[in-house]
Amino acid sequence: MASKVIMPKLSPTMEEGQIARWLKKEGDKVSMGEPLAEIDTDKATMEMQALSNGVLRKILINEGESAPLGQLIAVIGEPNEDISSLLSEAPAKAPEPPAEPEPTQAATSQAAVPDANGHARQTPTSNQSGRMIVSPLAARMAAEAGLDLRTLQGSGPGGRIIKRDIEAALTETKQVAKFPRAVERLPFQPSVVASASPYRDEPASEIRRTIARRLVTSIGPVPHFFLTTEIEMDRAVEMRRGINALDPDLKISINDIIIKVVANALIQHPAVNASFQDKFVRHYEHADIGVAVAIEDGLITPVVRSADLKSLSQIAGEVRELADRARSRRLKPEEYTGATFSVSNLGMFGIDEFTAVINPPEGGILAIGAVTPKPVVRENEIVIRQIMRVTMSCDHRVIDGATGAKFLQTVKKILENPLYLVV
Amino acid sequence: MPTITIREALNQAIREELARDERVFLMGEEVAAYDGAYKVTKGLLNEFGPKRVIDTPITELGFAGLGVGAAMVGLRPIVEFMTFNFSVLATDQIINSAAKMLYMSGGQFKIPIVFRGPGGSAFQVSSQHSQALESWYAYFPGLKVVMPSTPADAKGLLKSSIRDDDPVIFIEQERMYGNKGEVPDDPDFTIPLGVADVKREGTDVTIVARSLMVPIALKAADKLQEQGVSCEVIDPRTIRPLDIETIIQSVKKTNRVVLAEESHPLCGVNAEISAEIMERAFDYLDAPVKRISGADVPMPYAKNLENLAIPDVERVVAAVREVAYLD
Repeated sequence: MASKVIMPKLSPTMEEGQIARWLKKEGDKVSMGEPLAEIDTDKATMEMQALSNGVLRKILINEGESAPLGQLIAVIGEPNEDISSLLSEAPAKAPEPPAEPEPTQAATSQAAVPDANGHARQTPTSNQSGRMIVSPLAARMAAEAGLDLRTLQGSGPGGRIIKRDIEAALTETKQVAKFPRAVERLPFQPSVVASASPYRDEPASEIRRTIARRLVTSIGPVPHFFLTTEIEMDRAVEMRRGINALDPDLKISINDIIIKVVANALIQHPAVNASFQDKFVRHYEHADIGVAVAIEDGLITPVVRSADLKSLSQIAGEVRELADRARSRRLKPEEYTGATFSVSNLGMFGIDEFTAVINPPEGGILAIGAVTPKPVVRENEIVIRQIMRVTMSCDHRVIDGATGAKFLQTVKKILENPLYLVV
Repeated sequence: MPTITIREALNQAIREELARDERVFLMGEEVAAYDGAYKVTKGLLNEFGPKRVIDTPITELGFAGLGVGAAMVGLRPIVEFMTFNFSVLATDQIINSAAKMLYMSGGQFKIPIVFRGPGGSAFQVSSQHSQALESWYAYFPGLKVVMPSTPADAKGLLKSSIRDDDPVIFIEQERMYGNKGEVPDDPDFTIPLGVADVKREGTDVTIVARSLMVPIALKAADKLQEQGVSCEVIDPRTIRPLDIETIIQSVKKTNRVVLAEESHPLCGVNAEISAEIMERAFDYLDAPVKRISGADVPMPYAKNLENLAIPDVERVVAAVREVAYLD
């Protein structure tokens, strides 16, 4: 029976997609789960899989053309089947993205003939609604392991997440990172996780909600405020030089050190590693740090998962690899969503200081300026120090001035004395 | 242990119980002088005489009622239906009298009766003579329903059924009378009712099969083993009471289930097992429970269509591969 191929939702914010490339031609045989096309979304180029078996009968959206979510872009059916009724819908308006798509099977005679199991024929169901499909076992395993199902790709029919997908994710988690640590791992350190941080939701207190309501009225849905401080980076710079001298392949950047320090500071200040969710405040167990990367046409924030658990060399390797793929638009949605806090660095452009916009629902973002030698007063004498100015944007619904300030103090303290990283 | 057929195992069970307890007697069409339509009762008339082994007229409702009355006054009848297809004529006695007497008499009348005979598909005996009726009888509280798949199970379960104080529906499989297997010759050998048997241990997929489907499931499991899939085959042996716990334990281990039966799918025993699995082991399922049943049509007479109507090894293999996400 013929079925529709509609523009799927391939990224959380996608509203329309552009066909980058059809991987099948009209007349080609396709089977469920086989790649059908590459689609450019607002974030990345993603593969779209076929959700039914048959022959690709008709392509309605050519390469380079765009279609909104839910629009019919092709038809899969039997070789000689009449698909005119489906095609006649082609120019029709696309359904609104949240709406359930039409049943994928063409109308057939609805005579009261029972099927092979003795039932009256049922309406076929579709998996194209974007709803997550997961086996009960896989759901339970994920919950027990603290895995976020949204970060997984299902390998079962119609993208169902099944046991082997969870097992694969857990194995990946156990294989401690693709990037080796420069130093042997300390025995008491927990294993590095590749999935999104587990969290705990606490009901938002009345005062929390009042503050949120009042501030939003004043300033918009995410009421930002800003905290700026100056950080003496001499020791951090020295540390970086020392590490890279051990092994030039490590290529640790100042930014990698900042990511690590921010992650550690977030763990020390759980109130900052949180996000406001209307009725409750979500506290994350780990620091998943979004790293803003400039790409052609915009920016994207790949996420270093559980940076608090990772070594500098692991963070450096991951950031490098994620940024490379971000630039070639090859990131998967789970790789650029779900951070708990972000870092944005314009130091390489010579910017001394700036404010960054929070990526909701994260609670904050740290804007990093350039490290520059500046005259400062130390013990009543003017000396030259490597100075970096950072500005933290805070979501006032969850972070108050004093909370943010204490966090920033910790960041400053560790960066000025990076030995804290190893004690 | 001697290797004998299911037919011989059933014969041994009846002979031993006739010898053990003089309240036990056998009646049915052709069971005495003709040695039974399927020769299950061979030699019993000679050995125990016409008071213990009784030929009846072709009156299923009549002799089933006679059996219920005999049970009420303390005898332990074994009533043979030439096939269970003919038991439909006796259902008023089975369902309204045998199943309910203990309850409706406030516990005064036990009905220790066994209704036995072949059921399920045979070889081209067409629609009216090829029915698997276990889900009918399993439906009624007050009855027990037993379906053996091996000679040892046939003997051990029939002896337990004869000794049981409740009415038991004991369904043999017409195609399986000649199947051979080892059977203990100990006259005290019995198998308790309500206990499933793990016919083969495995780790990847649980196949629940009864009666004719058990050898088919075991052959499928052999084939699947060659393909790297380890199947556990469970034979409930008793449909009521059903040993669901053994099935649930297996599902919790393998996370995937195929249920095979030769009866029709709608309201079948597998529908019930499937619901139980969903209720008790939902969080352990990695794939939907897959049922394989006989075709939802009256059994065709034509050989080729009859073959298509009965689940075979290939269908079981395909179902296992489907729930294991291999295709």
